[in-house]
Amino acid sequence: MIPSQEEWNNALKQRHGEVLFQKFSTASVAVCGLGGLGSHIAVALARAGVGRLILIDFDRVDVSNLHRQQYKASQTGRYKTEALTENLKEIAPYLQVHAVTERICEENLVSLLSGADVVCEAFDDAEAKAMLVNGVMGYMPGVYLVAASGMAGMGTPNTIHTRKITGRFYLCGDETSEVSENISLVAPRVMLCAAHQAHTTLRILAGEYEV
Amino acid sequence: MVKINGAEVDMAGKTIAEYLESADYDTRRVAVERNGDIVPKAEYSQTVLSENDTLEVVSFVGGG
Repeated sequence: MIPSQEEWNNALKQRHGEVLFQKFSTASVAVCGLGGLGSHIAVALARAGVGRLILIDFDRVDVSNLHRQQYKASQTGRYKTEALTENLKEIAPYLQVHAVTERICEENLVSLLSGADVVCEAFDDAEAKAMLVNGVMGYMPGVYLVAASGMAGMGTPNTIHTRKITGRFYLCGDETSEVSENISLVAPRVMLCAAHQAHTTLRILAGEYEV
Repeated sequence: MVKINGAEVDMAGKTIAEYLESADYDTRRVAVERNGDIVPKAEYSQTVLSENDTLEVVSFVGGG
């Protein structure tokens, strides 16, 4: 049986306390890229009670995604925005989702991300990562950005960290482990990085700005 | 001297573009912070590094 919205909210208030509940439930967070990082970030934020998520990805679920991303085999071939919205609603039925099935670029990022308090950069491609970081920092004053770089391979989990680069730009990852022909992405290490991003986002929403 | 990614480097008087090229960075993959602010890419070739500047170059790697 699905809990009522009142039951859902009361459970969150009990866990987080009234103050954090209010901060999380009135917040809007954009997740750019819904792969190994983005799909896990979105699930964590939905569970924590973030009120609204803007989910952006142009791609479809592929069989090669299933080893590390929050999709089901039965969702192969569907747009990630649609499949993830479905999965999130099963976890957090009262979450507001604004799904955008579009490729984000320098020209459209301000309009696509408008209303977000925090933007999570969760792309796969290094140039797309740099584009988003430069765009949000350059064109969106007041918006916080939590980006990721370096989480591939079977290296130790202990090198994944969070660093504050400027007043509103945070970077998670080991900053070096790149995907290549010989180094792939492995679910738990990607999830660790996603967890750093999701938790940093929650800390920003809570007013905790230091790492 | 300019502090770049934590190290003292003799780059005062050079532009950010000149530094990035000399250090072999791929400018399509970087974000550059100078004294607390992100420098727009269009300004790399006009921004001259001064004595005691602090520069942080974030060079992204693929995967996500």
